[in-house]
Amino acid sequence: MSDEFTGHDPYAINRKLPGADQHFDLVVVGAGPAGLAAALEGAALGASVLLVDEHPVAGAQMGNDVPYWFGGRMTGAVQTKDRMIEQVFMAQPLFEQAMEAGVELQLGVYAWGLWRNHANLAALPEPMLGLADEERSWTVGFKAIVLATGARDLALSFTGWDQPGVMGAQGLHALLTRYDAFAGRRIVILGTGDLAIATARLALGRGLEVAAMIETAAAPVGDLAEMAALKLAGVAVHCGSVLREAQGGIDGVRAAVIAPLGGGEAETIACDTICLAIDMVPAIELLDAAGGRIVTDPARGGHVPQARAGLALPGIFLAGDCAGLGLNEAQAAAEGRAAARRALGHDPDGAPLRPEPVTAVDRLAYREAWLRALVAASDDRVIVCQCEEVSRADLLDVQPPNYLERGEKMRARSLATLLEDGPPDQEQVKRLTRACMGVCQARRCREQVGMLLAMASNLPMAQAPRAGWRAPVRPVALGVLADWAEDQAMKDGWDVWFGIPTQWTPYRDIGTEREEQHRRALGGNMHL
Amino acid sequence: MSSNRGASVIVIGGGVTGLSAAWWLARSGVDVLVLDKGVVGWEASSRNGGGASHYQSPLFDEEQRMWPQMDALLGYPTEFQAERVIIAVTEKQLEHYHYIAGMCGDMGYRVDRIDAQQARQMVPMAGDNCLGGIHLRFGGHANPQRTVQAYAWATQDLGGRIIQHCPALSLTTAGGRVTGVVTPQGELGCDALVVAAGPQIAGLLAPLGIDVPLAAARAEMIVTEPAPLMQWGGVDGNGLYGRQTRRGNLAYGGGPHEWLLTEPGGPAARPSSPLARNLAKRVAEMLPGAAQLKVIRSWSGIIENTPDGRPIIDRLSHPDNVTVATLSGVGFGLSPASGHAIRDLVIDGKVSFTDIDKLALSRFAGLEPDWRARRGWEPLPGAEALRA
Repeated sequence: MSDEFTGHDPYAINRKLPGADQHFDLVVVGAGPAGLAAALEGAALGASVLLVDEHPVAGAQMGNDVPYWFGGRMTGAVQTKDRMIEQVFMAQPLFEQAMEAGVELQLGVYAWGLWRNHANLAALPEPMLGLADEERSWTVGFKAIVLATGARDLALSFTGWDQPGVMGAQGLHALLTRYDAFAGRRIVILGTGDLAIATARLALGRGLEVAAMIETAAAPVGDLAEMAALKLAGVAVHCGSVLREAQGGIDGVRAAVIAPLGGGEAETIACDTICLAIDMVPAIELLDAAGGRIVTDPARGGHVPQARAGLALPGIFLAGDCAGLGLNEAQAAAEGRAAARRALGHDPDGAPLRPEPVTAVDRLAYREAWLRALVAASDDRVIVCQCEEVSRADLLDVQPPNYLERGEKMRARSLATLLEDGPPDQEQVKRLTRACMGVCQARRCREQVGMLLAMASNLPMAQAPRAGWRAPVRPVALGVLADWAEDQAMKDGWDVWFGIPTQWTPYRDIGTEREEQHRRALGGNMHL
Repeated sequence: MSSNRGASVIVIGGGVTGLSAAWWLARSGVDVLVLDKGVVGWEASSRNGGGASHYQSPLFDEEQRMWPQMDALLGYPTEFQAERVIIAVTEKQLEHYHYIAGMCGDMGYRVDRIDAQQARQMVPMAGDNCLGGIHLRFGGHANPQRTVQAYAWATQDLGGRIIQHCPALSLTTAGGRVTGVVTPQGELGCDALVVAAGPQIAGLLAPLGIDVPLAAARAEMIVTEPAPLMQWGGVDGNGLYGRQTRRGNLAYGGGPHEWLLTEPGGPAARPSSPLARNLAKRVAEMLPGAAQLKVIRSWSGIIENTPDGRPIIDRLSHPDNVTVATLSGVGFGLSPASGHAIRDLVIDGKVSFTDIDKLALSRFAGLEPDWRARRGWEPLPGAEALRA
């Protein structure tokens, strides 16, 4: 039998994955302050630079709250992507400067995958980034890449949160500053920290009404002078309070019902938008998918890259909010410049890009206070995962979706029984309940599901479990993701399964002459 | 959470094969304990196409008998759905599927040929490029993730125990038998042992002088957002395996695999690659009506294969209280039957319901030491250096 082996497996991946479609010295993902500065610095150092940013994202992605929690509060203008590209370009003067400096700028382009050879993947000819627009996908190679992917919204659930008009601070910021396409008029903001203050100031500056800011703590947690100024500007500040419900109608939110923490008389505040500005979450998707190490750091925003900016993996650098929150724009830009210099081999022995902070704020404690208050103020039938319609009760009872039968034994299972077998595992709970399995790729629920699991397991928030990211880290249509110009090597060496000629021979035929006949006909190709 | 108590039978490996074996043993009143290095069903057992139509296996009849009863027997939903439709978009594929139809027909398993129009009626997302296919009137598919947990829970409901995050480090022997399993939680005694630890089987048994030839590899799948439900969720073809889930997601895999080094403690990572683009192309070709659906996930799983790609299910003669089980990359669908076979071997020394003699480990007694190299099943150059 041994004679037939050639030392070559035609169906193995060896030499089948092609190199990248394009190459640049430096690729920068994200055109916020850090990414723009990185791209400009790279160009100034003479490198060929690609700067990609997904904004403007297509209206359909926005409808799925990708990448920010837009809460359905965008105007119809976002449906016209060409017009939006112009709008987004004009909104950022540095784009023109970058292009003049020779940066290849691509707007409206999603970065959906980042790959490098590491443990159990040695088949790539080079590290590469997966990109896509609405029509096609492609890959880009690089000498170095700077991820400046920013932060996304932290979403928490409450009664009525699953309707248009409930959104995140990042979504609101993008709609106001980049898209000029915000459809709301009168906003209630959750939170009184730096993010909430910045959100209120931005909204007022754009001529919107800020009806109220809500805070669970007894006093505002942000800068008191800023808060005083907001009050003077007519913003009602309700501390020691929690949102009980978002009331709505056909167009979504019409009012926020708030009440004192621990009970008391509710107050109804008319509004068309409820903006969660409790916190943001570093956008670690690409690094996580590439196998970068993710840790929990309460000061930097929860699940963050182990690397504190700068080099994260060979050839992969981080700058700005994606490496941890807490920088202002100037600091982020400085970090972007420094990351680009490092990425291109300049000042290799420099000091840490981001030193340890002198005082570390515990962002997770603030999130937890809000989570507990919102949980206490709502029924456990409230939906936690909007895509898959999983309620908090079903999540914590680890129950399957409604289209499956729940027999007696199933109903007797819960997170408590699962915890008898080990610590809470978000991936496991996700598979069983479907929470975090939807088309928003769990942008709306992954943090709150982790926090709820920690809370129900009596674990500190710093030990909340985490669900990982895998490519595509943006939803990309099959026909767009497809490699329609696939290499011949891939076509020729494709098999359904392993292409082992003996694997699919019917048992009764093993060792008979029929075996050889099947092998000739099937060629090892299985189909079942 | 755990106890330092051993069991009459210890099963190493809480994958679908080990869990089913434990469930069958518990059903027979055996005191059984499953050890897993992590969470149950974490590896290939929950990372596969969920197919359950394995005409080639001696366990096939039992697979077919069991699946329709599994929800009721386990007490938890598995999402099993019967039958499968395989559609072709090239003449070569169609010819291939017709051969399979003939082969299955010869064995008495009904397969209907369907023409292009029938195929498009049965599979609304199929397109003008569909040339027809075959309709298997047997088999089916289930949700691997839900099923592995169902086995684990059902085993516990019958008094079996499962210890997660508890890798088997080594085996203790005395008097020519295995007497215990050494773990980070201490040594756990047993009267009999089932080794169903996937790629890690070889490393566990090597110190006993038992050579189990296995090569591990990585394979990938992609998943879309939900599509309208098709009457038969078990639709595939065009070089893909997979299904539409009960929720409506399309989950498909196929294409080249990467041979790997085997890490004794289990895989350090399960990375996916740009192969997602090649999978997406084939799904969009097979189901043009789905081309606008968003791909929302990819994943990879690590699978062990024997040199001939066929299972090893064998109670060893020395030590004679050890049963080895690997399904060689095709284990999920067969699990209701493989567990039964393992139960029979452990309790009775012989499988009651079918002949599995050709799945004995002894068939590899004369295997060349360089069998991986001969087959081209070696890890890629540089893989060693990339080890975490």
